Amino acid sequence: MHPFLLALAGGAVIGLAATFLLYFNGRVAGVSGIAGGLVGGAEGRPWRLAFVGGLLLGGLLLRFAWPEKAVFGALPARSPALLVVAGLLVGYGTRLANGCTSGHGVCGLSRGSVRSLAATLTFMATGAGTVLAARVLGGAR
Amino acid sequence: MRALAAGLAGVVFSLGLGLAGMTDPANVQGFLDFSGHWKPALAFVMGGAILVHAGSRWLVLRRRAPLLEPAFSVPGAAPVDARLLAGSALFGVGWGLSGYCPGPAFTSLAAGTVDALTFVASMLLGMWLFAAVVRRREARKEHPASASSSEPVDA
Repeated sequence: MHPFLLALAGGAVIGLAATFLLYFNGRVAGVSGIAGGLVGGAEGRPWRLAFVGGLLLGGLLLRFAWPEKAVFGALPARSPALLVVAGLLVGYGTRLANGCTSGHGVCGLSRGSVRSLAATLTFMATGAGTVLAARVLGGAR
Repeated sequence: MRALAAGLAGVVFSLGLGLAGMTDPANVQGFLDFSGHWKPALAFVMGGAILVHAGSRWLVLRRRAPLLEPAFSVPGAAPVDARLLAGSALFGVGWGLSGYCPGPAFTSLAAGTVDALTFVASMLLGMWLFAAVVRRREARKEHPASASSSEPVDA
């Protein structure tokens, strides 16, 4: 299948999963909000844990049931310290912004939220700037 | 039942991420790379997800309540503020550095690599730090009423 078609199909499955969670649990499928609630001590621990566990289980299914597709690419070969910094930024930033690629990028844009549009444009811009900076500074992959 | 439904949603969500190529950081960084090597695939992922979700969420929200909860927990409209923009800016830098956003990061734990584990542990630490900062700030403020207004609903 053409990579763009595969991307479109994968996106459609993501959209379906988000609607599923809304239909059954009445919740927005924002991964950072769901996981952040777990570490932040919010209510709804069981369903939050189950959702994050489901993400991992889906990953295992992909890995073992469909080994022909190389699902997991390696992370860019940089220092572990940089990886830790990136993780901290993603964790702290998404909580500060109340959403990430799923909460703002998919669910928020689907309901026409101006906040989510502003968030999505912002993280795409700084993401692109960071990739560019990494290229310019050498060290790039 | 609630946990079962949420777990199933998580499984389907991550199958979509894998199918779409979101669990390969090279695809994400390629999408963010405007220096002549742009890979547009991620735009199709978001397009497909929004197309399906925007149409079907509207049908779901015509119900009075979800199946397993007494009410929907959907954020209402709120103004764009500095906190939203600052958080998104920080997130974007981490996203660009690693090629991981939260969903694909959790899914990629299944790859069993030290890198994926390091990233997820750091991300959870970042989320925990944020919660700790909020708790501290609220403890300092002696106005319990303002505590709820300082914490907008998640997108």
